[in-house]
Amino acid sequence: MDNVMLSRMLFGSSMAFHIIFATLTVGMALMIFFAEIMRTVKKDDDYAILAKRWTKGLAILLGVAIPTGTIVAVMLSLLWPGFMEVVGQVIALPFQIEIFAFFLESLFLAIYVYAASRISPPMRIVSTFFVAFGAVASAVLITSAHAWMNTPQGFDIVNGDIVNVDPLAAALTPSFFATSFHVVSSAYMAGTFVLLAIAAYKLMNPHLSQREKQYHQKSFGLTLVFAFVMSVWTAFTGHDTTVMLYEEIPVKLAAAEGLFETQSEASLTIFGTPNPEANEVIGGIEIPKMLSWLADYDTDTVIQGLNDFPEEEWPPLFVHTLFNVMVAIGFFLLGVSGLGLLFFYLWRKRSRPMPRWLLGLCVAGGPLAMVGIETGWIFSCTGRQPWTIFGVQTTAEAATDSGNLGMIFFFFVVLYLVLLVITGFVMYYYFKRNPLAQDISAFESV
Amino acid sequence: MEPVYVALLLMWLMLFTYAILGSIDFGTGFWAMYYQRRQNDEAAKIANNYLSPGWKVTNVFFVLLVVSFVGFFPGAAPTLGTLMIVPFCLALLLLTIRSAFLVFAYSTAKYKEMLTLVSGMSGLFIPAILVSILPAAIGGFIEYAAGQQYILLNELFISPTFYTHIGFGLCTELFIAALFLSDYAREGGHMETYRVYRKNAVFLGPITLAFAVAVIFTLIPEAPWMFENFLDVWWIYTISLLAFAIGYSALWWPSSRNGKGQPRASFLLIVLQFGIASIAYGSALMPYFLYPDLTVHDAFTNEAMYQSLLIGYIIGMAILVPVFIGYWRLFLKDKRYLTSAEK
Ligand code: HDD
Ligand code: HEM
Ligand code: HEM
Repeated sequence: MDNVMLSRMLFGSSMAFHIIFATLTVGMALMIFFAEIMRTVKKDDDYAILAKRWTKGLAILLGVAIPTGTIVAVMLSLLWPGFMEVVGQVIALPFQIEIFAFFLESLFLAIYVYAASRISPPMRIVSTFFVAFGAVASAVLITSAHAWMNTPQGFDIVNGDIVNVDPLAAALTPSFFATSFHVVSSAYMAGTFVLLAIAAYKLMNPHLSQREKQYHQKSFGLTLVFAFVMSVWTAFTGHDTTVMLYEEIPVKLAAAEGLFETQSEASLTIFGTPNPEANEVIGGIEIPKMLSWLADYDTDTVIQGLNDFPEEEWPPLFVHTLFNVMVAIGFFLLGVSGLGLLFFYLWRKRSRPMPRWLLGLCVAGGPLAMVGIETGWIFSCTGRQPWTIFGVQTTAEAATDSGNLGMIFFFFVVLYLVLLVITGFVMYYYFKRNPLAQDISAFESV
Repeated sequence: MEPVYVALLLMWLMLFTYAILGSIDFGTGFWAMYYQRRQNDEAAKIANNYLSPGWKVTNVFFVLLVVSFVGFFPGAAPTLGTLMIVPFCLALLLLTIRSAFLVFAYSTAKYKEMLTLVSGMSGLFIPAILVSILPAAIGGFIEYAAGQQYILLNELFISPTFYTHIGFGLCTELFIAALFLSDYAREGGHMETYRVYRKNAVFLGPITLAFAVAVIFTLIPEAPWMFENFLDVWWIYTISLLAFAIGYSALWWPSSRNGKGQPRASFLLIVLQFGIASIAYGSALMPYFLYPDLTVHDAFTNEAMYQSLLIGYIIGMAILVPVFIGYWRLFLKDKRYLTSAEK
């Protein structure tokens, strides 16, 4: 295998691994902040217990998120020297500011966890606010760099040299706002769905004590509301991102939709396999005129197809599936959380438990949301191929030519697998050793 | 001052900060493991007391270092990255194992001992690996072939300077951490533990100094040009030696509270010594990042990026400094936290 391929595999798998933990910490930090607020407003200790247990989970996840983030940050220079040479000159600013966000998050998390008993309740809320703020700021800032790779600007290339650099213009590219809103909303969505899944899973256990049931219901209610809100928001931001593709990166939209011929009244094809010989998607579900309408609210809008672009600039066609999986998950989870809220509302007077099938769907929602995150990112990065900096630098130009990559890839993949297993084990072990009943009685005895 | 030197000064400041914080962090991880195994619970607990809130913040300094380097010197990062891919990846692997297992150990009482062993040992070698990158950059070990640069690993591995650098990395880390912990223990009033760490510092001080001298002398055959530069800045080294001597002697200064030794003064002076010596080492390396063909001027970024980064640092620091002060008060000063190790 050549160096470019190995670099892509190594970097892609490292990112895919980092993102599991990073995205979860973004969403969980927000929910901990809300739990702290609920605890203060409602004077209800159950929310204090929620915040405490979520924080423990967050601390374990950060134990992996932080070093793997360090891995990807350093690997950028190791694997993509050509790319980093441009990054350093044009888009170093968001990377630098991101460090300050990391500082905020780490410092306030330490204060919140290890100084909780020594700070005042308002200070607790302030700390969780800055933990959540630091986490989301780091997501937005890294997305700024990612958006710049898709729609690069803020510099000129004259005779191979980079000139007229404008760091602000580079940080605020045309795709920045749409993309970062979508990244933030989807990270919140994934984080809340994972917490919702845990609460739902607990509620499915028939042997819960009344007290435990109460607690899990509060957790379920709080996360359900946010899961729904974030799903709606993600659908809107996802739509904005698609419109951004239509305006800025039509070749990516064409690949995402599997559209070959440029046409007005383009239909939306869901799933199926794009086939270049047939010039269409085979076996998909077709919704007439929908794509044109979605792009511009006008069925006459002309959408560019892949055939408008040289074939060597096409992204791999399987991104169509990745894109569809992400969108399908988005709508499915929107439905699940919407139904959940409906039952919550209808049955609010009667103290009936949620139907088991609904709880089951919520449990499935956690892993599915993570699949949405993974497919979304892989779609976005692979859909940029063959470019690393769209239209400016190809992936082959960006990649390193050093040796030993195969061996390095092997070691890192083993590391990731081991960490995944141990993290799961540690979570399981910790929460088994420190059952809810213990936390409840600890709070009641104070 | 010329922009490139402002950037270098900032880089030095970050490198120095991380060298100290990283040494304390990894060294403390090692001591925590060591005293847990020796069943000196208080000494282990005090090390963990510093470590558990602190490791994340220290890690951010490492990222800061890497990111700032790419931002200020985009011309150098790719060359160094390509050349050093194996040692960097090794350091990353160890760093990940170390941090993750540190957190795992805090969460699982039953397997704590094994997890701490893994995290303590993997952390121990990180500074050594990072320091061992230096001799490779200084020259003599890089070759051009077919338009590409290679490290002559075979020659590196048989050269004494490689091993003196590694030895230096190892004992510096343990020495600085022991010194720091002795002060930290004294601050919390744990006099028993203070004496334990003071003894470690007393033992490691001369060894560290010996390695530092050995580093310089083993460099002579590999990088004579650098040794000539060393001679130009001999007076800086003299001051640094002086700071070391005074700082080390402070471990015996009388004190009404501690009986013997003033660890705070000792720690600060030794840190000062490292700062001064690293300036001497760094300025002898100038103007090269990679001898003989990668200079700081070639690698420097453009004017616009330089300015925006500078503004970024000023604003960022203005926001963060109050937070750092609050953090320091809560974890390095607050008696309620410091004395909690007794429980
Ligand atoms: C829970 C996860 C999740 C869900 C349910 C959705 N997305 Fe998404 N999507 C992401 C998570 C995500 C992401 C991981 O955050 C991506 C990857 C890169 C990025 O910018 O955001 C992304 C990228 C992304 C892109 C590509 C941006 C680019 O390549 O620059 C588009 C066009 C959409 N999304 C559109 C949608 C639509 C129309 C959705 C329908 C509801 C949708 N997404 C749901
Ligand atoms: C959109 C995707 C990403 C999200 C949402 C994200 C989010 C996060 C979060 C929340 C953390 C923990 C922060 C802390 O507590 O310090 C983190 C750590 C980190 N991430 Fe990511 N990240 C993403 C992608 C990346 C990429 C592409 C890079 C590299 C260029 C990166 C570099 C880092 C680094 C260096 C750390 C460790 C910081 C530390 O030492 O504390 N991340 N990330
Ligand atoms: C967070 C989730 C992410 C995932 C799962 C992810 C995944 C991937 C994958 C699979 C590749 C290989 C693409 C291919 O060769 O087909 C890749 C490449 C790359 N990604 Fe991402 N990515 C993520 C986020 C980011 C972000 C936020 C940035 C920018 C800061 C980024 C920068 C890059 C770069 C520089 C490459 C290599 C060059 C290239 O292949 O174009 N990635 N990523």
